[in-house]
Amino acid sequence: MAELLKKGQMKPGAVAEAGSMARLNTGTWRTYCPVSDLEKCNHCMICWLMCPESAVQVEDGKKVGTNLQYCKGCGICATECPVDAIEMKLESEMSEDEKKG
Amino acid sequence: MATTSLKQLCEMPDLLSGGHAACPGCAGPVAIRQILLAAQQDDTYVVASISTGCMEVSTTVYPNSAWRIPLFHSAFENSAATISGAETAYRSLKKQGKIDKKIAFIAFGGDGGTYDIGLQSLSGALERGHNFTYVCYDNEAYMNTGIQRSGSTPKGAFTTTAPAGKVEPGKRQRKKNLTAIVAAHDIPYVAQASPHRARDLMNKVQKAVATEGACFINVLSPCPRGWRYAPDQTFQIAKLAADTCVWPLYEIEDGKLTINYKPREKKPMLDWLKSQGRFRHLFTPQNEHLVEEIQQDVDREWQRLLTLEAMGKETAQ
Amino acid sequence: MAERMALTGNDSAAYAFKQINPDVVAAYPITPQTELMHKFAAYVADGEVKTEFVPVESEHSAMSAVIAASLAGARACTATSANGLALMWEMLYIAASCRCPIVMPVINRALSAPINIHCDHSDTMGARDTGWIQLYSENCQEAYDNALQAVRIAEHPDVMLPVMVCLDGFILSHTLEGLEANDDETVRNFIGEYERSDNLLDVERPQTFGAFALQNYYFEFKKQQADAMQEAPAVIDEVGKEYGELTGRSYGRLDPYRCDDADVIVVGLGSSMGTAKQAVDDLRDEAGLKCGVLKIRCFRPFPGDLIRQALQNAAIVGVMDRAVSFGLGGPLFHEIRSARYGGDGPMLNFIYGLGGRDLSLDLAKDVFRNLAEAKDSGQVEPVVRYVGLRE
Repeated sequence: MAELLKKGQMKPGAVAEAGSMARLNTGTWRTYCPVSDLEKCNHCMICWLMCPESAVQVEDGKKVGTNLQYCKGCGICATECPVDAIEMKLESEMSEDEKKG
Repeated sequence: MATTSLKQLCEMPDLLSGGHAACPGCAGPVAIRQILLAAQQDDTYVVASISTGCMEVSTTVYPNSAWRIPLFHSAFENSAATISGAETAYRSLKKQGKIDKKIAFIAFGGDGGTYDIGLQSLSGALERGHNFTYVCYDNEAYMNTGIQRSGSTPKGAFTTTAPAGKVEPGKRQRKKNLTAIVAAHDIPYVAQASPHRARDLMNKVQKAVATEGACFINVLSPCPRGWRYAPDQTFQIAKLAADTCVWPLYEIEDGKLTINYKPREKKPMLDWLKSQGRFRHLFTPQNEHLVEEIQQDVDREWQRLLTLEAMGKETAQ
Repeated sequence: MAERMALTGNDSAAYAFKQINPDVVAAYPITPQTELMHKFAAYVADGEVKTEFVPVESEHSAMSAVIAASLAGARACTATSANGLALMWEMLYIAASCRCPIVMPVINRALSAPINIHCDHSDTMGARDTGWIQLYSENCQEAYDNALQAVRIAEHPDVMLPVMVCLDGFILSHTLEGLEANDDETVRNFIGEYERSDNLLDVERPQTFGAFALQNYYFEFKKQQADAMQEAPAVIDEVGKEYGELTGRSYGRLDPYRCDDADVIVVGLGSSMGTAKQAVDDLRDEAGLKCGVLKIRCFRPFPGDLIRQALQNAAIVGVMDRAVSFGLGGPLFHEIRSARYGGDGPMLNFIYGLGGRDLSLDLAKDVFRNLAEAKDSGQVEPVVRYVGLRE
């Protein structure tokens, strides 16, 4: 947990820094974890577009994984994937190695 | 040129960060991301207001915010009046040469903040013709405060303030047709959209942003908590809304209505009602008659839209 | 060059607006504020100001719009009365909390029901805890001068709070008075430019304004507001002094009249203090009563220490309230009694003028006589007394 700002550090009027929620971790909400088969993935970007958490990682126009700091495990990516390249697995039964998104 | 190409969009900076506190499977952040991606392109920046509600409390928790554009949350009922003030300030300062950037103004509000408590503020801003786009994310109840009935809640739905009980079938009244009310303001651009058809939504946003004057887009925002379905089903539910015509996708440009999606086979409302737990109580002998009523209401609105579209085509000929 | 003009209270505030030349004005009509807006709309229509005028559909939207405009770096003003102010209620707090230096003349009028369009202070008295600075005006000259000073006070970097410039409905708003107006250039130089470092239109440095703040942060924001109010008195005094050097009319937070040797002092706000001053002159001449008037110009932040000092030698004090806090008495009375806690002699509370009931010179004199009688007899019950009321 980050240290709380002091009164003198707070901009009057509750002015918050843009995009600063990116430092938070909502991955702890997750029960099911998406596991992507990047061989099967056709990089259509539908999961990127439909992810409520902005968690799908893309490099050079290709999907490279899921940011598990944000992923809440809703499973939209797996349901919407047109080539069934994403599987939702019960995270408590997964090895650390598997948890790469 | 503004784009809706996915390959290009995913190279652009994400204007709504992760780490926000929306429920898993919420359509709201998806709609907002798509809208911001579509609007903030080329030399256009976006400045937005948002009414109190799910999206506001989950994306701005001091000292953090998920938004990467300037955003102002003021109150519940005044997103449109707020954007009126910001847009007027912009016009004034631009006229004086104090600002040179091109800014598109977007006001966000949920259905509570738009259909109900903010309707006057919205109507006033539309009538005055400020240069802005109002986006309603419609999840058909006051979800933020615990699934209370709103003017947008459809007939027969369970909510915590119109629960289904031994003698009550959930909400007895029809959903308010807000898009039609807005269209009656004769503003240059009005649309209904859904984030499951992202390109359609983004095209509509780009049209609205490029249009001088007040524009309005009503975006369906399925809610797994309030509608009682599994979180992964959000866009399947949205698709079903379009396929049953309970949420028709259409636009009205300078009075001319175009339906943007006509299902090859219009699915029965039974499919819609069975897909969500909020309608579960309708399938009992005492409430069954409502299913037929709901189907008739949807058919009538769909027919109205088809007629208006046909009228527009006739006029054009 | 200053100019002598005949203006009503509404005209004088509109003329001040013209000279302030705000970037944005949003307003909704309500009697008796309407003529202020008619006048100002005419300035807009004639291109005499650069202002973008937004004729909104409600006072709630008026305040919402000027808040956003102010955050967007625009100098923004509005004006209202009574029920209009009540409809803004929620937004008054938000304006102050978002630290928007909005200037708003409030043409004081009674709140419904029964509906009434005439003067009392129930509207602005109810708004005393919203976080706005409140200046009250005795006459049209003061309404004009207060409006100009309000800009400087509101926008001072140590303050950044909105200011209500209160003037009595009809009694001032619709009464023609001779007053001295400054020339445009003097006003322009005096008020300077509005600059806002954290700005909603700063698209290259985007920020979120009005974020949700929970138990861990809300309290600190409120203390920041309390601190800003604490800074305001020095700024109000400094601006009042500078304005005096510029125009010959200097302003403090209080305006004492013949109080130095006075045994009986009446305290109050607004136009009736002019009547009370006349009563003082008359009673000193006619009855040899050593009496005075302490007019409060700045009600928020409340100048408790100054008031206590100004009243320390009075044998008895009467506080005139043009509003009632039901179940308590007059709000001004209670704040003054609290400021004088720990002695300082008896006090009576006179409620007067609700719904525009006239305070005649005779009634004002009765207040002083009443006080003198209580001083001599030591009989101070009842404490709360009603002036000019039929029993």
